[in-house]
Amino acid sequence: MRLRVVDRDDVEHVVDVPAEGSLMEALRDLEYGVAAICGGMCSCATCHVYVAPEWQERLPESHGDERELLAELQYRRPESRLSCQIALQAELDGLQVTLAPEE
Amino acid sequence: MQAQRQTYCIVGAGQSGCELALALRQQGCTGSIVVFGDESHPPYQRPPLSKACLKGELQEASLRLRQPAAYERAAVELVLDTRVARIDRQSKTIVLSDGTERAYAKLGLATGGRPRRLAIADGQRAERAGNFHYLRTIDDVRNIRAHFSPGRRLVIVGGGYVGLEVAASAMACNLSVTVLEALPRVLARVTAPEVSSFYERVHREAGVDLRTAVEVRGFEFGPGDETITAVCCSDGSSIAADLVIVGIGLVPNTELAEQAGLAVDNGIVVDEYARTNDPDIVAAGDCANFPEAITGRRVRLESVPNAVEQARTAAASLVGGQRPHAAVPWFWSDQYDLKLQIAGLSSGYDQVVLRGSPSGRSFAAFYLQEQRLIACDAVNRPQEFMMAKRLLPRGSRIDAALLADESVPLKSFEPPPA
Repeated sequence: MRLRVVDRDDVEHVVDVPAEGSLMEALRDLEYGVAAICGGMCSCATCHVYVAPEWQERLPESHGDERELLAELQYRRPESRLSCQIALQAELDGLQVTLAPEE
Repeated sequence: MQAQRQTYCIVGAGQSGCELALALRQQGCTGSIVVFGDESHPPYQRPPLSKACLKGELQEASLRLRQPAAYERAAVELVLDTRVARIDRQSKTIVLSDGTERAYAKLGLATGGRPRRLAIADGQRAERAGNFHYLRTIDDVRNIRAHFSPGRRLVIVGGGYVGLEVAASAMACNLSVTVLEALPRVLARVTAPEVSSFYERVHREAGVDLRTAVEVRGFEFGPGDETITAVCCSDGSSIAADLVIVGIGLVPNTELAEQAGLAVDNGIVVDEYARTNDPDIVAAGDCANFPEAITGRRVRLESVPNAVEQARTAAASLVGGQRPHAAVPWFWSDQYDLKLQIAGLSSGYDQVVLRGSPSGRSFAAFYLQEQRLIACDAVNRPQEFMMAKRLLPRGSRIDAALLADESVPLKSFEPPPA
């Protein structure tokens, strides 16, 4: 599947990734990707991304921990998500995200 | 004639060594980058080992820090299953255990640590038994998993984070679990008595036989010493065991540095830029002793966030930059349905303020020193954790009574954004 990723320098990259694991794992592999320090435990919020508006409602809703962590982020926006909580699957082919600034 | 490309050698392929290598490339390093790891596995995350991995919920492949292609793209060479035996600072070479020499222009030490061994008379005999384990590596987990079946009697030595996480994982797998802690309470070195009591209650309610102020004196062995059959305790009791796991702390791997004449004092001594006393050598992660930015105290931290942050600092120093290591220390521990997040270092606190009650399953303990917030243990309280992490570096005074009052919003403790 294909992802469109806007890095922190506003450069858009088109990357092909396997439709498995989490979005965080795919982003972590990119040189400009996310730190993802806690490894997907929803503990650190270092995999923060903005999901393009047209994709937001196609993702499952965020749960309690993710919401609480997001609420505390300085660079939070309505389209904020933690990428470790988004499972990649073929239906998300073409998903567009922007990496949020590091806190 | 073109100058030969400089080689950046990194000793250690854990979280810190991996980050150091990739950060070097990101920060513009044009030399060759070679990472030496003594395990056969490519760099992986250790925290899930005692949790999801032990429960069999996570495949080993998911532990990988990066996919193989990421190292190729960054032109980072991984040399695995290889131990570095010696550093020669005069000739600027490292010597591998097979005698091979590799020249370096710059050297990064991310040697991590190894489990503290049980220092009792029966210790070495116990280590040779097939059902005695420490827990630090994927291979350890593979060996433990072979015995990790319902009904087996597991004795865990050590009531620190690793021991308690293993206990929670074992309860989830329906083992019969005993935890032995030598001190009067679990987590004694890292948390307040209130938090220790909370975790003791939670484990006992889950069915763990948790015994504090009990030391291991020895073991009973089966025929040929092949297995341990029981653990003998200082209170005279003997606990039948099918499996023994010891989690009594970590010893930093400093021998290479020491032998090379680098300063070592509870870890490889570095400054806030992760530099050792040799200008061409940096150190980062569990093996490094550094001046912590908020307290100014020298500490050695065993945590992934520190390993990653300090590695980035070390990478900057190696390419001629200056990026002080000033991140707020933080840690996490997952047990049962409890997500513990810890910000700051509580050592030296003079007051503990609870927000929420430890009689439930969600509360935060704030540690104050002269009315200033120095640390927070947040149990299922991500908002308190995030607030503490932001507030800590400010060192401003905080009203304990207001902090304890849940009707006072957390936001009110922070100055409005400028």
